[in-house]
Amino acid sequence: MGSLLRIVNGRVYDPANGIDGEVRDVCIRDGRIVADVPPEARRIDARGMVVMPGGIDIHCHIAGTKVNLARKVQPEDHRHDVHLRTRFTRSGTGGSVPSTFATGYRYAALGYTTAMEAAVTPLGARSTLEELNDTPVLDKGFFVLMGNNVLLFKLLQEGRMEEFRHVLAWWLSVTRAYAPKLVNPGGDEAWKGHRNANITELDARIEPFDLTPRQVIAAFIEAANALGLPHPVHIHCNNLGHSGNFETTLETMRIAEGRRAHITHIQFHSYGSVAGKSRDNPTSRARDIAEFVNTHPNISADVGAVMFGRSTSMTADAPLAYMLRRFGGHKWVNADTEMESGCGIVPFTYQDRIYTNALQWAIGLELFLRSEDPWRMVFSTDHPNGGTFMTYPALIRLLMDKEYRKEQMAHVNQDALDHSGLRECMDREYSLYEIAIITRAGPARLLGLANKGHLGVGADADVTVYEDAADKEAMFAAPRYLVKDGNLVIEDHEFRVDHVGRLLHVEPEFDSSIAQVIEPFFEDYYSIRFANYPVHERYLHQHELVPMARP
Amino acid sequence: MSDNIRTVPDATCTFCGCVCDDIVLTVDMDSHSITKSQNACVLGKAWFKEHGIEERPRALIGGREASTEEGVEEAAQILANARFPIIYGLSDTTCEAQRVAVAIADMIGGNVDTTTSVCHGPSGIAFQSAGESTASLGEIRNRADLVIFWGGNPAEAHPRLFTRYAVTPKGMYVPNGRKDRTIVLVDVRRTPSTPVADIFLQVKPGSDFEVLWALRALVKGRRIDASIEQRTGVSLAVLQDLVARMKSCRFGVLLFGMGLTMTRGRHFNSGALLALATDLNEFTHFVAAPVRGHGNVTGADNVMSWQTGFPFGVNLSRGYPRFNPGEFTTVDLLSRGEVDAALIIASDPASNFPKPAIEHLKRIPVISLDPKATITGALSRVAFTTATYGINVAGTAYRMDNVPLTLRPAFDSPYPSDEEVLTAIRSRVRELLGGNRLPVGPLPAGKAT
Repeated sequence: MGSLLRIVNGRVYDPANGIDGEVRDVCIRDGRIVADVPPEARRIDARGMVVMPGGIDIHCHIAGTKVNLARKVQPEDHRHDVHLRTRFTRSGTGGSVPSTFATGYRYAALGYTTAMEAAVTPLGARSTLEELNDTPVLDKGFFVLMGNNVLLFKLLQEGRMEEFRHVLAWWLSVTRAYAPKLVNPGGDEAWKGHRNANITELDARIEPFDLTPRQVIAAFIEAANALGLPHPVHIHCNNLGHSGNFETTLETMRIAEGRRAHITHIQFHSYGSVAGKSRDNPTSRARDIAEFVNTHPNISADVGAVMFGRSTSMTADAPLAYMLRRFGGHKWVNADTEMESGCGIVPFTYQDRIYTNALQWAIGLELFLRSEDPWRMVFSTDHPNGGTFMTYPALIRLLMDKEYRKEQMAHVNQDALDHSGLRECMDREYSLYEIAIITRAGPARLLGLANKGHLGVGADADVTVYEDAADKEAMFAAPRYLVKDGNLVIEDHEFRVDHVGRLLHVEPEFDSSIAQVIEPFFEDYYSIRFANYPVHERYLHQHELVPMARP
Repeated sequence: MSDNIRTVPDATCTFCGCVCDDIVLTVDMDSHSITKSQNACVLGKAWFKEHGIEERPRALIGGREASTEEGVEEAAQILANARFPIIYGLSDTTCEAQRVAVAIADMIGGNVDTTTSVCHGPSGIAFQSAGESTASLGEIRNRADLVIFWGGNPAEAHPRLFTRYAVTPKGMYVPNGRKDRTIVLVDVRRTPSTPVADIFLQVKPGSDFEVLWALRALVKGRRIDASIEQRTGVSLAVLQDLVARMKSCRFGVLLFGMGLTMTRGRHFNSGALLALATDLNEFTHFVAAPVRGHGNVTGADNVMSWQTGFPFGVNLSRGYPRFNPGEFTTVDLLSRGEVDAALIIASDPASNFPKPAIEHLKRIPVISLDPKATITGALSRVAFTTATYGINVAGTAYRMDNVPLTLRPAFDSPYPSDEEVLTAIRSRVRELLGGNRLPVGPLPAGKAT
């Protein structure tokens, strides 16, 4: 697979191996990084350029039933941003929810080689896999929604923890998922069964179960650690977007008690509150959140930064989408999935003059700038919720260039800045080394992908070469070269070959007799047959089974 | 009947959008026929019974019997040489075949459209403008205590919508099944579905929009004049009663059919219904869903959307997808005589399109793929016989609620699948064109990629 390549003269940023801008060769053979290649290997002269592992998006929404509904509902967002076919690449449409082909090519054109779809209903796993198979270049996987699963709730309220763990492992395996995802745990039952209510307290009862969000979160953290999953449970906390929610977030992190847990798009969960005209307005509590993460090495997070402009709010947190509908305008999609999840979609535009939007933007930056461990506070915009992945270069520039940051701050709602702590952390600028951590090495480590995010011998040959420039946005917007699995996919900024990446998935062990627990529930409450539920192997296409973190 | 009998449990019926996956098939492997289809409705039973293996040529080229390979060569030549080729149908085949079909359209710069444009297309347009609150069929089964059918006759068109998903089955929060639900039917006439309903609203033909809009107004607390009865045939008191029920139910659902989407008002009707369901979420949980006809028309919408961004009526001649119903929908393209070749997959437009469209089909080279002899096949330059999805061919089909299911074929067919024929055509067209055809003329403003 792939050709023999030697990338020479480039400044290499490979934080996992402690390499910080050293000029050295990167050698590639059979899709892997190797120590050396024979002289006949093709040489790529990267003089004046920066060499990094391919980018890894730890949390984005790029495939599946919910994403496709968000695509379908926005023809107006596609027509102004078309993606032309070439002789060998497919056409598509862009906007905040691009078509699958455009998604793959555009991620690649930013230097990314891996992306994780962050919220998939188990029932929708097949369509996610088919869409991901039509998403070129990238390696990819998905997190499967488990935090409102009715069968798991039933086992949990009966204290059947052993079976809970086996059923969770079964679910991850048969849907071909990568990690369990919790979204607003406990909220769906209130939403679907109690006239669009929500659950707002970690200790509130999840009617009609004898169960609280706290118990649900604790059980998943426990089970995911016990199974030895490469990525721990991926948590979208309760009360997303609500003023004063930072306390819920802190309390959720405390539930982990030293065990691994990942808090996603933590920006949306870092709000204090101050009395406003009609109700409480949010303020920044990024300092409290960052301090907690800084001092708790068992916790990791991705930021979920907000960038101004067009986005789409799409989430399994249906009550949240319903709330946003009041601000978002004319379209709202709600989609309930039996026994498993809710879903809401609202097209949304973040505007720099609006208090809340500017505050969210500031909090995202603040979290990055207050983070003391870039390995555990990694890069994301929760694409397309906080902004699309096309805004990544601009966000990198905001982190690396304080003069540019100052200029941008001058354009936003100043009242919001007053209620953030952003002005307190203006000295910090991210280095290329730190950018390589938050966009590559960090996500790889948090995901437990041993062969990704670094350029050591044996790593996947996913390599990005950027032309160094003072304008970091321009630099990160268009890599000169992109190598995927040893193939030179982009050369001189242009696609040279098409490429299909792999599906990354896990198969934690479970006792096969657990089917006797699951099947009767299916017969009673699911609308599809138990035998037709597990996803057949042929949906995997090219795939890689990622081993457990420990046996 | 032979001794060579096979049983296929949990088989999937692709006759309609219910895509029931609990069918137990008894298959006579020697005669290539399904002798029994337990759990299937009357429509499903007929579907399984009538799809045995017929003795038909693998392909017909200009009426002459030919091999599949000869057919592929002829089809590829037609598509590679056409200036404005169209691809149409796709709702009765697998997603795997649909993906290849859209890929061919992208390669040749053609137009691709599905039967959605002549059934729930207006619902797709309404969805784009208003959004939708919806739910999987299992959610409806487990929770819905108020079920309203609008403009459809499920007893005859989707029988198991009643028995498996929405009327009689017991669910988690409706443990007594039918007794725990109120069923409302809205239609212009009495049908075999009517007796199922607790409440029947007979609206005057062509007045669905007015009834829906009046309901929206009442939900929002606005005044409606009693003259609504003269206009729509439904009294104000009946409307007020329905509104009270809708606002007070725990989980309400509006299931709507082509009686709404293909009558006066079209996407305004669908849009009014979707907006009504959305409005009701101020008071309780309320969802709506179109009742889809063909077995995998929902899959076609999904494949089109993930590959192009749009659900139907997509043109790729400029090198990127454009969506414009009325311009790029097949009836319109054919009726205007704009296209010079057609690839029709698993559909029979010559049997149900308007006359001007059929007249144009007769003038141009048509390639068709179908398990059965069809009228479209008879006027085709190249007519392939293909295996039947779900009966002979594995793959994926989407239920009307966007739930994807894997098909369990009952027996092998001597004929290739749609996917195999399309993949061969795609490979040959690629050879003939040397890759994707690039558009001529100016690029869209601001784009230089």
